Amino acid sequence: MIETLINIVLFAMLVLTALAVVRINQLFAVVMLSGVFSLLSALLFVTLDAVDVAFTEAAVGAGISTVLMLGTIALTARTQKKSTRSGMVPFIVVVVTGAVLVYGTLDMPGFGDPNAPASLHVAPEYMIGSIKDIDVPNVVTSILASYRGYDTLGETAVVFTAGIGVLALLSGLTRRRREDEEEDV
Amino acid sequence: MHHHLILRVVTKMLVGAIILFAFYVQFHGDFSPGGGFQAGVIMAVAFILYGIVFGLNKAEQVFPSWLVHKLVALGVLIYAGTGVASMLLGYNYLDYGAFNPQHPSHGQHWGILAVELGVGVTVTGVMVAIYYAFANRPPPMKDEDW
Repeated sequence: MIETLINIVLFAMLVLTALAVVRINQLFAVVMLSGVFSLLSALLFVTLDAVDVAFTEAAVGAGISTVLMLGTIALTARTQKKSTRSGMVPFIVVVVTGAVLVYGTLDMPGFGDPNAPASLHVAPEYMIGSIKDIDVPNVVTSILASYRGYDTLGETAVVFTAGIGVLALLSGLTRRRREDEEEDV
Repeated sequence: MHHHLILRVVTKMLVGAIILFAFYVQFHGDFSPGGGFQAGVIMAVAFILYGIVFGLNKAEQVFPSWLVHKLVALGVLIYAGTGVASMLLGYNYLDYGAFNPQHPSHGQHWGILAVELGVGVTVTGVMVAIYYAFANRPPPMKDEDW
């Protein structure tokens, strides 16, 4: 009962934040609200008992992304440009996509259903093996680092590549410009 | 941000605690929520906060960007190197049982510790590097502009 109430309140706040993000033109406020949005989603993950995901969402979504967005605003503009086109087409696209997604959830098994396909495949093996073979109480860590070690290696490589890409885009450009200026002098 | 006295004092008090918490999340990830990804982000946040409040130059004195760029690659090398080490010991790639054949679960603990460390190092490096790359670009904004 109390959990349903918490979920309803959190979802209502999530929707209100999203609407505010759409309506406001001041980008500083929008960035702050997107941080609030992340924090609210983190709370929702906590109510789903997915604390590791909530932790990541709070640290990355509400923390780092906000800082990087502020950095982007500092480099670009502080207010949103007025759009001349009507908002009808995007609105219809969003509504249709949302309706399709909701329709897709109708077939899905209930939350925490032990007979859901996802809980029947390799999950039981991992749950037992995590205690017996790996002896690590946090199953998320044992799956992430041991059972799915290859995947996590791939993820680390993705983070590495993303970092290198941003560095190549941002710092490489400034250095070249500085060199050009020196040549001009 | 020379006139933000409260911000500067609170930041000085918090940075140490944030780094300590990052290490806790990193090395206690087997027992509690968290792991390399979260710890790396928290560690990076400590330096980013320091950089925001005291200026980029001060942050680069503490954590120079050449070191940050090395860390980005070092983490992936630690992770991939763990796999190579297990191969050299005659096991499969990333089979942590190699590190303690008598007690495979202890070997698992060592392997998880190593790869999580690799993840944490890379994530710290990437996050700080991206922040430096953004903050290094002109024009710097005045407080009143926000």
